[in-house]
Amino acid sequence: MARPASSMRSQITALGNWVDKRLPVTSFWRDHLSEYYAPKNFNFWYFFGSLALLVLVNQIVTGIFLTMQYKPSAEEAFASVEFIMRDVPMGWLIRYLHSTGASAFFVVIYLHMFRALLYGSYKTPRELIWIFGMLIYVVLMAEAFMGYVLPWGQMSYWGAQVIISLFGAIPDLGFISGEGLVDWIRGDYSVSDATLNRFFALHVIALPLALLMLVLLHLTALHQVGSNNPDGIEIKEHKDADGKPVDGIPFHPYYTVKDLFGVGVFMLLFAFIIFYAPDGGGLLLEHDNFVPADPLVTPAHIKPVWYFTPFFAILKAVPDKLGGVLVMGLAIVVLFLLPWLDRSRVKSIRYKGWPSKIALAIFAISFVRLGMLGIGEGTPEQLRESQVWTIIYFAFFITMPFISRMEKTRPVPERVTSSH
Amino acid sequence: MMLYTMKKQLTAVAFSMLLGLTATAAMAAGDADTPLFNVDINVFDVASIQKGARTFTDYCLGCHSAGYMRFKRLARDLGYSEEEVEQYLLPPGRELGNTMDSAMSSELGTELFGIEPPDLSLVARSRGEQWLYSYFLSFYQDDERSLGWNNTVFPNASMPHVLWELQGTQVLAQQPAEHGEEHAAGDEQHDEHSGHPNPADQFELLEPGLQSPEEYRRTIQDLVTFLVYLSEPAQLQRHSLGIWVILFLVIFTFIAWLLKAEYWRDIH
Repeated sequence: MARPASSMRSQITALGNWVDKRLPVTSFWRDHLSEYYAPKNFNFWYFFGSLALLVLVNQIVTGIFLTMQYKPSAEEAFASVEFIMRDVPMGWLIRYLHSTGASAFFVVIYLHMFRALLYGSYKTPRELIWIFGMLIYVVLMAEAFMGYVLPWGQMSYWGAQVIISLFGAIPDLGFISGEGLVDWIRGDYSVSDATLNRFFALHVIALPLALLMLVLLHLTALHQVGSNNPDGIEIKEHKDADGKPVDGIPFHPYYTVKDLFGVGVFMLLFAFIIFYAPDGGGLLLEHDNFVPADPLVTPAHIKPVWYFTPFFAILKAVPDKLGGVLVMGLAIVVLFLLPWLDRSRVKSIRYKGWPSKIALAIFAISFVRLGMLGIGEGTPEQLRESQVWTIIYFAFFITMPFISRMEKTRPVPERVTSSH
Repeated sequence: MMLYTMKKQLTAVAFSMLLGLTATAAMAAGDADTPLFNVDINVFDVASIQKGARTFTDYCLGCHSAGYMRFKRLARDLGYSEEEVEQYLLPPGRELGNTMDSAMSSELGTELFGIEPPDLSLVARSRGEQWLYSYFLSFYQDDERSLGWNNTVFPNASMPHVLWELQGTQVLAQQPAEHGEEHAAGDEQHDEHSGHPNPADQFELLEPGLQSPEEYRRTIQDLVTFLVYLSEPAQLQRHSLGIWVILFLVIFTFIAWLLKAEYWRDIH
């Protein structure tokens, strides 16, 4: 006998209650979406957080399908990638979504990080969000580097050779030596099948796990203190009678629908590249990587993919090998220190003085320019220019404590100044 | 007012980053050091791919493989029936499902040329279409080489001029074009609009071949079109599928925007 509809509904409610007693589904939804209050004045720059999640999911899902056909052995790797590109139905699409998706990941992450620089999102009380974010960035670089080795083309092989050999710059300290470390990383006396195999393991299991856990920490820390906003105002300081921030709106549905629109725009741009320029004219997938790895033939011009080239330019700018490695490492480490280098009374660039604005603009230019120089062939002129921009890159961090504390800031409004 | 200037600054920063990326792509592309011939390859010209495929199987497949490509795929993409493939493209003793492997063993190749003739499946992606087109036009007679041929685009290449009977015999011009040397030493690509010399001026046709220079260029253009197709057969699918995906995303994004506008109406 059919039950009346109302009784059916009450049974579903009962099932919901049953689950809720055992798993905090409703309260999780409330705490993190429907009653998680975000400032109402997010602008363009705030799309890149949710987009970072999107590209992460894209890499994981396409990666799962690639592992079903990819062969992590020096003998078969290159051919298996071509098998995916030609003989697996839609394999080319999955492969491009993954390989060009890596570049999209870095575009999104770089813009997301720049947002933090613009609005002081790393400042108190969000230092840990920044630290976790930086750790994500570092793990992502390792993940991307190892992923680039897997197709086992010439640039995969020689890029790995060059990058791993950087560890060889470490002098013999007794308990550890650069050369011992290099052999330990490669698992062989040169980049070989053993290297490829372990990079595969790290690329598909270890580093993605680390990434996911760090993303969880990044988001948990974010939801503990709440989002910053373009005005750098704490919305929790102005609450209504119900205890809700007056300048806040529930993340769901307001930002879920807004981010959905952002996702649409992003996917449009991404689709244009995937379908009409997946190798970016040699910038996203390098020409030399369509030649199988050959340990006996060194390519004329070894360089990493574009997202590493700012640091590669810094490495090459320093004439000494160990010095170059240290300065390059420092260029990343110094980013971790931002929350303590910025001594300004205000968070957002909107209310900082003109010296901070100019410094940030020049810093952004130095990063882009170093990236362009890192792609170049390393002519003496390019090296000299890299040195100049390297100094400018570090000058941003060195001068920040002074500029940010001494410059005249503008008064920060009590409430956020604009919405949408 | 302040917001306005802020927005202008941000736009400027975003714009300069975009410019940077484009300039970077240009920097990455411009590292050829030989003057190259210009050619426009249209990979959607199936008739051209068909002609190129026949030149490829007639002249290249004897020594080179295209080991990632199957005859069957070729038949499908080129609109050939299985009988037509067997008639035009399939060497004796091969089956449709086979990959396009060379008839020659790698040992024999090494013995004959000193190096195993490379697989050509991806050569258009590693070398580029301008380079390939120029390579086939730049063989010249050189008695100092063991096989009697040399190439200005790939000096001292091991490969002899296989298409010699079509092109005829060229030699290096006695009086190289005025800017010839300076150009060869420079690192710019040949560009007809910038007043650089025509790379064809480097050569003199000593003995004509079966084809006129125009016909030979067309043969090479077809061959390169085939090689470009061969390097990524999926590009034919990619372009046509892309339109539908983008169309879908335009509609999706528009609806998402309407949804956003509707929800945000009461937020001020």
